[in-house]
Amino acid sequence: MERDTHFILGVYDDEDVLLHAVEKVRGSGVKIHEVYSPYPVHGLEHALGYKRSKLPIAAFLFGMLGTSLALTMQFYMMKFDWPMIIGGKNYAAFPDFVPVSFEMTVLLAAFGMVGVFLITSNLKPWAQPRIFDVRSTDDKHIMAIDLANNTSLKEDKIKSILTSSGATEVNRKSFE
Amino acid sequence: MAHHSEHHYNLEQRFDFSASIKKSILTVLGLGAVLLGIGIVLSITGGHHEEAGAAGGHAFHWYERVYANLWINNVFFTGIAIIGVFFFAIQYAAQAGWSAPLVRVMLSFGNWLPYAAVLMIGTFFVVNHDLFHWTHSYLFDKNDPQYDQIIDGKGAFFYWPMEKGTFPAFYIGRMIIFFGFWVFFFTKFKQFSQQEDLLGGTSHWFKIRSWAAFFLVFFAVSSSVSAWDWVMSIDTHWFSTLFGWYVFASWFVSGLSALTLLVLFLKGRGYLEMVNENHVHDLGKFVFGFSVFWTYLFFSQFLLIYYANIPEESVYFVERLSSDVYGPFIFVNLGLNFFLPFLVLMTRDAKRHGVFLKLVCSLLLVGHWIDFTLMVQPGTLGHNGGIGLVEVGMFLVYGSAVALVVLGGLAKSNLIAKNHPMLEESYHHHI
Repeated sequence: MERDTHFILGVYDDEDVLLHAVEKVRGSGVKIHEVYSPYPVHGLEHALGYKRSKLPIAAFLFGMLGTSLALTMQFYMMKFDWPMIIGGKNYAAFPDFVPVSFEMTVLLAAFGMVGVFLITSNLKPWAQPRIFDVRSTDDKHIMAIDLANNTSLKEDKIKSILTSSGATEVNRKSFE
Repeated sequence: MAHHSEHHYNLEQRFDFSASIKKSILTVLGLGAVLLGIGIVLSITGGHHEEAGAAGGHAFHWYERVYANLWINNVFFTGIAIIGVFFFAIQYAAQAGWSAPLVRVMLSFGNWLPYAAVLMIGTFFVVNHDLFHWTHSYLFDKNDPQYDQIIDGKGAFFYWPMEKGTFPAFYIGRMIIFFGFWVFFFTKFKQFSQQEDLLGGTSHWFKIRSWAAFFLVFFAVSSSVSAWDWVMSIDTHWFSTLFGWYVFASWFVSGLSALTLLVLFLKGRGYLEMVNENHVHDLGKFVFGFSVFWTYLFFSQFLLIYYANIPEESVYFVERLSSDVYGPFIFVNLGLNFFLPFLVLMTRDAKRHGVFLKLVCSLLLVGHWIDFTLMVQPGTLGHNGGIGLVEVGMFLVYGSAVALVVLGGLAKSNLIAKNHPMLEESYHHHI
């Protein structure tokens, strides 16, 4: 079957071994698809060479959008659409608008950030998660290597790199 | 990090308060004194002192401006000093590990407290009628045409148990008790921390934690009441229920900025080598977060008064916003204390690199000093206030005196509490 994807899985017992293994495996020119672990391993994202998330930029932009929408809405309503005198203030009394603008900023920043996170992490409700090895939710760290991304290396070579890096098991897993 | 490398930090380092640093600080002090002198001469010769003050109906004298400035700087620098002790106590009460190499730097601010106590109490007796309206005895005399029923109602808060209008025993008593306990707790903390250097173990850490809990309870009450006494009582008729918090927030941001600047200064001279950008990042977060907290209080106070528009409340902001002298500074205040730290320190990189922090923290110190000027001057000087040579000169003189005392105290013991049980945790601090 043409659309099948094949993975080599390295199973690790210990997080220190895992962290050094990640460095070794990447050093031998193998591209790692992802590492699954039962708990957050400190420094793993650094070892995998992940870049910092751009989520804060999305949060800032959505926040600014919230501020602008809130201010536009309030100025339009209070000054043009339905002017009302409240507490003897001007129609467009800026200090009154600040709490609403603040809340809208927080709301849109939060919703926008969650939305962008769900989309970029492929966490849509109908997404079918790939279970590489159920033990990654218990006591094993699983390093997944996508063969399609490592065509220059032979499968046996990758397996031997994983074994020499300290993997207790090396398995093969295919998804349709 | 997973690397369990051995650490070989020099824990015996002492800050060398060298002659060259002293000379630079004394130069600033001298410059401040000269500016202050010129400012005083200018206000004696060319000032408007012969004009009758519109509000109080009395002639304005040049020395009132000097008095007001003495008071502004007393309150501002007392705040920075006590915030150092407060932040130290917070680290122990919260069982914080990241800040272990910084606790001595925080505590060193407290060295200014005894001087602040003498200056504050001394200044009060010199300036009382010129700054504090409530010190006039005719306000409490029912037969006097200037009798003030509202201030008479508040009289006991200043004069109890004495007769109203005589000696402000309760007010002075509070001042002495607050400074007394602050200095006492500071001395205790210092003593325990230095004993820990000699004896080691965890018992001193636990002792400081217990004392810190008592101090924090005392500080919660005393910081609020001192804000009412030293700042809010200037505008005697007016009151705001969150004023204690407002002054505390201004003090806290100033103290955190001063702490960050001192840490960066020490690091720049090769001390505190275990303090890396992760620790600096945390200090930056505190400065950022509490600048927003200050803004929240500023705006909460302003919005309710503006919206309700009750004359006896709104007079406070009318006096400031509609004044040619103070109006623009309200916006300078918001710009320096909110927009600048909010926009500049928002990103992670800005909080990790000294150059942004140095810029923002220096400007925050100026910004919060302006905030205190705006709290004190309108009620004492009316339209004769402003920010000129007298203000700048006095700020420089006080600032360099505080720097001399604090750095002198810092140089007396090891920079690092070398037996602090959480030093190892702090080495691995990584965010």
